[in-house]
Amino acid sequence: MAEAKKYPAPVTNPETAPFWEAAKAGKFMIKRCTACGEAHYFPRSICPFCFSDKTVWEEASGEATIYTYSLMRKSPTGPYAIAYVTLKEGPSLQTNVVDCDLEKIKIGQNVKLVWKPTDGAPLPFFTAA
Amino acid sequence: MTIKGKAYIAGIYEHPTRHAPDKSTAQLHAEVAKGAIEDAGLTKADIDGYFCAGDAPGGAWPMVDYLGLKVRHVDSTETGGCSYLIHLGHAAEAIAAGKCSIALVTLAGKPRTGVMPPRAAGAEADFEAAYGATTHNAYGMCAMRHMHDYGTTSEQLAWIKVAASHHAQYNPHAMLKEVVTVDDVINSPMISDPLHRMDCCVVTDGGGAMIVTTPEIAKSLKKPLVRLIGHGEAMKGPRGGKDLDLTYSAGVWSGPRAFEEAGVTPKDIKYASIYDSFTITVLMQLEDLGFCKKGEGGKFVADGNLISGVGKLPFNTDGGGLCSNHPVNRGGMTKILEAVRQLRGEAHPKVQVPNCDLAIAHGTGGLLGVRHAASTCILERV
Repeated sequence: MAEAKKYPAPVTNPETAPFWEAAKAGKFMIKRCTACGEAHYFPRSICPFCFSDKTVWEEASGEATIYTYSLMRKSPTGPYAIAYVTLKEGPSLQTNVVDCDLEKIKIGQNVKLVWKPTDGAPLPFFTAA
Repeated sequence: MTIKGKAYIAGIYEHPTRHAPDKSTAQLHAEVAKGAIEDAGLTKADIDGYFCAGDAPGGAWPMVDYLGLKVRHVDSTETGGCSYLIHLGHAAEAIAAGKCSIALVTLAGKPRTGVMPPRAAGAEADFEAAYGATTHNAYGMCAMRHMHDYGTTSEQLAWIKVAASHHAQYNPHAMLKEVVTVDDVINSPMISDPLHRMDCCVVTDGGGAMIVTTPEIAKSLKKPLVRLIGHGEAMKGPRGGKDLDLTYSAGVWSGPRAFEEAGVTPKDIKYASIYDSFTITVLMQLEDLGFCKKGEGGKFVADGNLISGVGKLPFNTDGGGLCSNHPVNRGGMTKILEAVRQLRGEAHPKVQVPNCDLAIAHGTGGLLGVRHAASTCILERV
């Protein structure tokens, strides 16, 4: 397992700083548009669907299911599982599935959020629920 | 307004090298430019438009200066591997609008023996870069979901590589000339599930170029006449994570636009150049372009259906990116070049499609499973 893997610290910017501040407090935030009602990820100030600027931060449950994945076997830091997971709140996002038997990952499997430390804010990952 | 029939491909050149430790990237651009200009029977002074993408060192202005061009139209649209398919469409637009009359498009680089420039970061970087998306696993995620939704198998994907290898055996410049079997492919090492090593394209130094011009100038030259009659371009990404579906590409939008402009349908196509960065890329694009229904690509590509002289849709008769050439990890240019060879009747006799008068060249750029562009060109022999 790649337990020694070091992840890059987010650079952050004025638009996304609230996400990373919340991450430091263990809260996983998505954005929701109060004009069209749609949630999205990664967070934008203007809704990518209706282009309204009435977007608000919302804490997500961290519960998700695996939409797809691929186990990358050619890596200097060991095999890793890239995936898209679909949050209970709707949006799908790119991540790694970690800290579980990577050979047993399945599409449709329930996963839950885990944080991994960096030199800055922690990064969201997912593991078997 | 349409670009139908308003631009002809008058010159083509594919660099024979696949390994160029003794050349510079700019030099390779110059060599392919020279080759295409000579193939057209023109001189450098005739060029009044230049098109290049992210592989051109420093972009358009250093290249125009290095090559010693004097142009009145320039376009450095960068959409990864399909940039050159988009350039062909944009060159036709510029020619139709009178902005240039003889356009040069070049692609070249050295991923085997040189340093590849890093991909520029987008707004998503903090939210994605740490997860290690590469070409292999981004396309692997598409294949995994396609298999889940439609029952596509590794054996079906392998048929795409098998067909490419049957063609590559006749290409003296092909990097991999050995004919392979379905078993060879599925028994090759797993790289990123479910893609095996032989599901992946080659990595090659090299390049290619083309000359795009007006009907009048093309008719004054000596080469068989090949013209663009339809073009489409599109982009697709996760778009905020709503309704994510990795089983189709932006080809579902670029394809119909090109076919509509050309006034033809997939059934009319005699030869298909389909970007083959990975086997799954071909399968998804064939579905997206309408050569078969979504989900039926596995059945469509199986049993040699893509092999020239054997199947119904001869594809990538140069051996494609899977076996012959994938210069700078960008397959769009070589897709156009082999389509032009087929339409001119200049493909290898063993793979030449009889009376090939209508062809498609289609590709994607970027990462199919993340963010990508697609472009479709319909080409006709006059």
